[in-house]
Parts: sequence; C-alpha cells; structure tokens
Amino acid sequence: MTDGTLDYAAVGFICGLEVHQQLLTAHKMFCRCPAGRYTETHDGTVFRHMRPTLSELGEYDGTALMEFKTRKNIVYLLNKENVCTYEMDDTPPFLVNQQAVDIAIEQCVMLGCDIVDEVHIARKQYLDGSIPTGFQRTAIVGVNGTIPFRGRALSVTQVSVEEDSCREVRDEGHLIIWRTDRLGMPLIETVTGPELRTPEEVEEAILLIGRVCRSTGHVRVGLGASRQDVNVSVRGGRRVEIKGVPKASWAPRLVHGEAVRQVNLLALRDELHRRGFADAASIAIEHADVTDLFAASELATLRRDAWERWVSEEDRRPGFELGAGPFCVRAVRLPRLAGTLAWPSQPEHTFAHELAGRVRVIAGLDQPPILFHSEKWPDHRGALAELRHVRARLHCAAEDAVVVVWGPTEDTLTAADEIRLRYVDATQGIPNETRQPFVDGSTDFERILPGPDRMYPDTDSPPSRVTRERVERLSTGLPERPWDREARYAAVRVPRGTIHFLIRRGGARLVDRVVAEAGADLRRACFFFGERVKGLRRNGVAVQAVPPERWVELFRLAGERPILWENWGRLVRRMAAAPDTPVAEIVAAEGLGVAPKAWKASVPAQWEAAAAVAADGDRERVARLLIGRLLEDLRGKVAVADVAAAVDREMQAKGDGR
Amino acid sequence: MTAPAADPLKGYTGLARRKLGEWGVKVWSDVRLVNDRGSVFEGVILPRSGNYDDLHLVIKLKNGYNVGLHVDRVVSVTEVGYKEAIYKIPEKAFPSRPDLPSVTLLGTGGTIASRLDYRTGAVIPAFTPGELYGAVPELADICNLTTKKIFGIFSENMAMEQYITLAKAIGEEIANGAQGIVIGHGTDTMGHTAAILSFMVQDSPVPIVLVGSQRSSDRPSSDAALNLIHSIRTAAYGDIAEVMICMFGPTSDRYALLHRGTRCRKMHSSYRSTFRTVGAIPLAMVSRDSFNYLTTDYAKRDPARRVRVDPVYNDRTTILYYYPGMHPDLVDALVEKGYKGIVIAGTGLGHVNKPLYPALQRAVAAGVHIVMTVQTLWGYVQMYVYDTGRDLLDLGVVPLENMLPETALMKLSWVLGHTDDHAEVMRMMRTPISHDITPREPHNGYLIMQGGLPETEAFIQQHWK
Ligand SMILES: [Zn+2]
Repeated sequence: MTDGTLDYAAVGFICGLEVHQQLLTAHKMFCRCPAGRYTETHDGTVFRHMRPTLSELGEYDGTALMEFKTRKNIVYLLNKENVCTYEMDDTPPFLVNQQAVDIAIEQCVMLGCDIVDEVHIARKQYLDGSIPTGFQRTAIVGVNGTIPFRGRALSVTQVSVEEDSCREVRDEGHLIIWRTDRLGMPLIETVTGPELRTPEEVEEAILLIGRVCRSTGHVRVGLGASRQDVNVSVRGGRRVEIKGVPKASWAPRLVHGEAVRQVNLLALRDELHRRGFADAASIAIEHADVTDLFAASELATLRRDAWERWVSEEDRRPGFELGAGPFCVRAVRLPRLAGTLAWPSQPEHTFAHELAGRVRVIAGLDQPPILFHSEKWPDHRGALAELRHVRARLHCAAEDAVVVVWGPTEDTLTAADEIRLRYVDATQGIPNETRQPFVDGSTDFERILPGPDRMYPDTDSPPSRVTRERVERLSTGLPERPWDREARYAAVRVPRGTIHFLIRRGGARLVDRVVAEAGADLRRACFFFGERVKGLRRNGVAVQAVPPERWVELFRLAGERPILWENWGRLVRRMAAAPDTPVAEIVAAEGLGVAPKAWKASVPAQWEAAAAVAADGDRERVARLLIGRLLEDLRGKVAVADVAAAVDREMQAKGDGR
Repeated sequence: MTAPAADPLKGYTGLARRKLGEWGVKVWSDVRLVNDRGSVFEGVILPRSGNYDDLHLVIKLKNGYNVGLHVDRVVSVTEVGYKEAIYKIPEKAFPSRPDLPSVTLLGTGGTIASRLDYRTGAVIPAFTPGELYGAVPELADICNLTTKKIFGIFSENMAMEQYITLAKAIGEEIANGAQGIVIGHGTDTMGHTAAILSFMVQDSPVPIVLVGSQRSSDRPSSDAALNLIHSIRTAAYGDIAEVMICMFGPTSDRYALLHRGTRCRKMHSSYRSTFRTVGAIPLAMVSRDSFNYLTTDYAKRDPARRVRVDPVYNDRTTILYYYPGMHPDLVDALVEKGYKGIVIAGTGLGHVNKPLYPALQRAVAAGVHIVMTVQTLWGYVQMYVYDTGRDLLDLGVVPLENMLPETALMKLSWVLGHTDDHAEVMRMMRTPISHDITPREPHNGYLIMQGGLPETEAFIQQHWK
C-alpha cells in the first residue's frame, strides 16, 4: 500500500497520450454550420435516449450495457447560430469537410506519420449522450509517426480526424444536459505509444505535441481548443483513461495519483484473494430496505422528510432526474469484507470512493455524500446506535462491512448490484475505466472503457482518397518542425520559454519571415516577437491586427536606421492602430529616425525649466529629469546616448564640474 | 443482409483484384501488411463497395478503424488467419404470457430492429420474435408476438402486387385471432401503403398499424425501438380499429402520433417526426404507458365486426403534377400508353393551363378517368370559383375535394380494379371510405408554424422539439 511517493520504474508505470486538438476551419466537419461559434443561450431543446446496439456476437459491449443501465434522460440545447438539423441527428451527414482532412494531413506530416491512401469514416459509439447520433464520426489519416523526445523517439501510433462532441451543462441523477455548439467541429486525435515513464514526461510530451500542432497556425488555440486523454497503467494493472485533461500542468499529479491508485488496488486484490474472494461467484452480498430504521435518524440525509426537501429544493423531477419508486434507504451487507472500505486507493481516498463513483454514475444516486459505510460512519451520539441497528437487521458479524445508499427504490437496487460488481472487479485488480479529472489531482469514475467492438464503418460517408500528390502539395509550405526550430533558435541563445511561446502562438513564423525577407537578426527578432510584442499584447495593444508584411517593413526600415528600435513601443502602437498604413509613412509622420533640426540649441532653455522643478538645485537630478523630458520627443529620433551627452555638457556648463 | 459472398474478392475489380489474387489473400483474410514506408497494418480485409475505385484495398484494423491502402504501395502481405463475418442474429425465445394480447407483426422488408455487423457496417435485420426480443426486450411485457415475413424489399419497390399480398395477409391474421396487426415498412412509401390498405381492408375489428424508423436501428439514437414499442402497444391495447401510421410526434423521444392512413404524408426527408396528418388532426398520442385520444371520430375496436378484404387494383394510373407551361402532349402520351386513370395535382384550387384542355378532352373521350387534387396538399379543390375551373369540370375532370394526391392515386387504382364505368368510378372516388375526403377542415387541421416569428420562437423554446 502506498499513499505518497512512488518509484515509477519499479511499479512498471507506463503512460500514453491521446491529444485532441481542434482544427481551424470555417465550417464544421459534416455540415455547413460555422465552427468555433460558441453560445451560452439556447432557442430549442431536444429530449432523447440512447440504446446500445447488439454486437457481432449478439452481446452488448460492456460500456454500452453500463450506459443503458444508467437509463440517462438526455437533453440537447440548440442554438440556430451554430447548429443545424445535422447536429440534432435529423439530417444525414454532408460530405466530409476536405479542409479538415487537409489540415489533418498537414498535422500528420508534422508528426512524421505515414498518410493512409484512403480515409474511411468510422462510427465510434458513445452512449453517454455527448453526441446525439450515439457515435462519433472519426477516421484514421496517419499512422506510424515518431517525434524526437528527450533524446529518444516517441512513437505516434495514429492520428485521426474526428468531430468534436457536446459540452456538458449539467449532470444530475438520471438527467444529463448538453450544449451542442461545439458538436461537429473538426479535431485531430494524436495517439502516442505507451512510452512515457514519469509524470513529468507526460506533461512535457503534451506540451511538445501541442507545439507541433500549433506551429502550422491551422489549429485553434484558447480554452478548450486542446484536451488530452491520458492512459495510465502499472505492472499487473490495466489501462485506465483519464479523460479530458484540460491543461498539461494538471497531468503530473493526475497520473501520479492513478499510478498510486493502481498499486493500492492491486494490493487490495491480493488481500481479497487471501480472504478467498477470487471471482464473481465468491462475492455474495445481501441487502435490505431499512428505511424505517432511519425514520427519525440523526443523519438527516437518510430521513424521508429531508429527502423530500432536497428533491424539492433541487427541483428533481420523476422521470427526468429521479429514477422509479418511493424513497428507500438500502443497507448492503458485505460478508467478510471488513477493512476493505477504508482500503487506500488514490491519494487521500479509499476504496469506498470507488463504490461511490459507480453508484453515482450508474445508479444515478448523486446526493452527497452518496453513501455511508461502516468504516467511516458519522460519530454523532445516536448515529452509531443506528449503525448497530442496521448491522443487527442484516445479521452482520464483526468481520462484515456495511454500506448504506438512499434514493428512489429502483436506483438503490441498481446501486446494491453495482457495489457487488465493483467488488467482483476488485478481485481481478484494476477495471478498465475512464476517469474524470479534477483540479486537485484526484479522479472519479466516469464510465467503463469501451472495447474495439464499438467501432463500425459509417455507411453514410464515402471514403476520401489521399493521393501522394495531395500529400506533397500540403507538405510544401509547412513550417519547420518545432524541434528543428528550437535547435536553431537555441543556437543564438534564445531562452527555451521564449522559443516555446513563439512556436505555440505563431510568432515563430514572423520571426523567420523577417529574418528571411528583411535580413533581421534572428536573436533580435525572437526577443522582439517573443517578449516585446507579447508584452504589448498583454497590455491590450491590438498587435494581432498588424499583417506580416508590415513587420517585414519595420525590420527593413530599422535595419537601415537602427535608432528606430529605441522607440519601438511607440511605433508598434501606431502600427497596431493603423495596420493598413505602410510603416515608412508612420515613421515619416512621427518624424522618427531623423534628428530634429536645432534640438541641441533648445537644451539650455529646457535646463532652466527643469531646474525650476527640481528646486533643491541638485544638478544630477535636474540632468536626469531633463533627459527624460527630452526623450519624450526625441526617442527614436536622436540616440539616447547623444541626448545624455548633450545634457551632460549643459550640466558641466552650468556648474563647476565634478 | 446476404450470405457470405460467393465471390471471395467481393467488390474488388481491376488492379486491386489482380493484386489480391497475386498475394493469395481474399476478403475476410486476417493479414499483416507492410507498405513502402514500412508501416505495418494488421487486420481483416473487408469487401469493397462496388462503386469505389479499383486501386485500394480496405482493411479493418484491430482497433476497429478501417483504412484504405493503395495496392501499389503494398510491399508484403502475410495471411495469418481468416475471419468470415457471420451474418446471423442470436435468438432468445420470446416469452409467452397467457394474460397478454396476441399481436402479429408482418414484415415487408424495412428493418425496424437489427443487429450490426461491426466490420462491414451491414445491418442484419432482426425479425423473428426471438430476434426482436433480443433487440427490444420490452416487447415481451406488451404482448405475445407472432411475426410473418411477407416479403423483403425496400419500401420504394412496394407496388400493387405487394399491396394485394399484404391485404390478404392482414385478413388471414385477423381471421386467426390477432388482436392487432403491426406492419413493418420503410418510411418512404409508408403513406401510400397506408392509403391503399385503407381501401383494401375495410371494417377491421382490430388496429392495423404501420411502423418504420427514420434512424436505422444500428444507431444508438435510433427511433426504431420506441416506434416498435409504441406501435405494438397500439395494436395490442389501442381502441382505434383503422389503418394507421405510428411514428414519432416530435423529434424528441416523447410520444408517437397515430395518423389516419388516408390523411398522412411524409413531410421531411430525414426528420424523425416526418409524418404529418394533413387537413385534419392526428387520431391519438401514444407513449410507453398511455394513450391520449385527440378525437372520438374513429372506428372503435370491435371483435364482432367482420373485416372485408377487397384486394383489387389496376395500376395503369398516374399522378400528373402540373407546372406552368406543361405541354399537352404529355397527356396525349399517357393516353397513348394506355393509362386509364390520371390524378392531377393542380395549382391553387385545382387548375391547369388552357393549352392542356384539348388534350384532357381527348383523354376523357378515350375513356380515361381524370380527377383533380391540389398540390398545396392542404385545402379543398374548388373549381367553381374561376372560369378555368368550370371549364375543366365541363371537360369531365372530377374534383376530389381535400383528398391527398397520393391517396387519390391509390384509391383510383383500387376503384379501377372494380369497374371501368365512368359514372361508377367517379361515384366511388367521391364517396369517402376512410376519411379520404372529409366534409370540413378544422382550423387546427392546417398548422405549419413559421419559424422566426416571435410567437413560434417562444413556443419552440419551451417545448421539446
Ligand atoms: Zn450543422
């Protein structure tokens, strides 16, 4: 058992990524709706359910069955701005957006992949309602890629292009509400081999793939534009997917926590085996309706009146959020399983949390704390007496554990069975599942991980041919790979943080252009775009409005008249305010780059004015003040050193010298 | 839907076919394939759709994705196994309960329930009670189900011959004691079938319900299972003993509507809620646990009533969908080709242009029966308002009030199966049999809400679409 540090190599930690990155297209992938137009309101609503389809063997896929058991009522919020009848699954797909396929091919080339010759759209089933059809349209575009990583090669197993899913608005009991604006936007999924060895490597690999994707400028940036699923396992464990990690910086804690969880659950498996629980047949639970025992409970949650109040306050409706049947408190006896509920799992959590996850998701019982159990029973005065009554009712022996759940009767029955099934899984070690990440580094059960049986061809869409000519055409004009660029910039001593920013936010393309077209100094250009312009943008200057040609003009002019650099801030602000005006005109209008006639002659008079302000007569102060005043006008026209020299001469003239 | 192809290289032609032959592999071969970039593809070779090019082979990878590979880029292929698809759906015995009514499901070819072949995407229809039970277990709580496959064709291939077979089969099932009949049908021509069955099967003692799906049942979001549940409930417990269509009311999973067979039309190529009652209101709403009858004007279930099956037809009939500038020789050509009945879908209140008159006159003189309906779908033919209408009446074109054009075509075919006597034909056409003509149109019989209007937007914001 472990709760803190972990020797990742010793426990056989392996991790691979599925990095999702939205593509920058005008339209969605299978319809003509605009992509990237998000809304927070809706003007129409659809209510649906999902039903699993029978697999080849006449069986339902594990996930499918689970999702069906949850009996989710699904509501889609529609806005005419960004969805049409395709997204609501009332119109078949239009032909696949070839701009999306092109960008996906570019990405594959960047990731060193082999591009397939014909792209076939498949359907990947999702029954949680995140896609109204019940499947995601997805297609492999590239395979067999590699990218340099920490002195070795990280393999890119495959890259697929697919449609994005809905955004979850609310998930309460049996009702889940989805917003459809994001649905159908094209994205690529980059799958790496399970080759990452430490949590730090995971974060670094996410950032690296992000840089590769963004370096083309053909992908979306900003919140939600890239998300990753992180697959983790330890030796003897199984692949668990932490889904939708929004930021690379979250990854290390999450994967560490998952590794710890798996090590602990493997130890629990051994403990269960030691106690003689090795398979499904050995886990025999019993449960009973004990509502009456809690009629006047000190645990307010378990009283019928409190339940009814909660239902009314939360506006839980029968047939929507609530399952069938009257309120019921159900106690589950776990024979000879005492001690397992408090068994550690992920850091700060115990095995009871694993049970709670299943109960919440599958039985739809989500009122906190979701369950009470005998190994962490509230120790109010009377509460412990109530636990004794429950134990007596279920004829519990000392080595038995007890879990209590509550809610609509049908749901408590589902919950009891899920508790049994989770113990059955525990006898086998780690169940394959998808887990939802939280900012504190913990995860919670989301769904059973689906198998390959959920994939089938999309009979609505013909394949797209990808000729080698098409790949060639898309490859020319692609930017340098980030690692090559990084090496080139690093050679002129640009810091890594600046390089990564430039690659991520597209500044690197400008850097290379001004170097190529205006003969700019590479190091100067990197600092200019990676630090100075970035600073202005943070201060709200609309530098993104300046077209690339203007930057080239700026570097060309400043190459001829380096003094312009001394007032780059003023110049760039003017360029941002008038992006259509040639930079030479701005320079001329501002009188930059040329010393005003007779500027020196005005210095003595200005000295007097400055001296009047610095009343104590300290000449050094007067000099500093004067230089500042003069530069307000002269910066970028006269070299700062020349201004300082002129003031210095005046100071000497005014006094006795030093 | 078919058995494994007799052709071991199914769908492959030209270059790809030759290459597969050279490599000694075939469809369903489990292969390890290496291309000119050294990429390895492991999976099963799939059949190829016949209308794709002859340059690529399709392989289903182990992770479930399919990819197409250009045969010229393949450098080596090793067959490691053979995994033929088994197009068969497992059966579970449909439970029998003496307390439940018995319903017969007649199959015409549309797939309501199905299983999916994950490799090809092919849909394998579930049809026997056992198969249906496997796919939609809820059905066992509703009725004792018998199924009969009448034929297996797409709905666009339904025609008079099939209508007769179907009508006779319905009669037999009623005679055998079915307490309700459900007909699985493709949605495209479901309205036509419902209309003609309304004439061929009269005075039914039990409900006759047509049902299909707009999203095929291989999709998790399919409307098929719910449609099946609604229609079988209607057949088992519904009070309306008429020919009806049972399909989604809104596009949401809320309830189905029962539409009268003669007054119903498919109004959207792909929406779930595609069927609409035209010129009247639907008969009832059906959900998983309730019926909400919207009218009392229907034939009630009555086990004592004797069904009359009258399966005759003459399919030398057609619809002439009038458009401005239509040439009269079109009418002459129909007469020349031996058409005996023409349903005109006229403009407005039932009009065609003047140059057509002589041709129509010639047709009537040649013994062709011509009736008038409106292409506006809603509203009545009224040929007395304008001179043009009166002229048409004088020519012998008979107005059919508010009968839908497709219903009129079905009825005319059926009537011409009985008689060729013009007066009798027209008497029968103008005598309503199953609300094919209604005496009055209620003001809520015509509702096409116009999107964008504030009141419509307010409505659709508050109701599940
Ligand atoms: Zn759309």
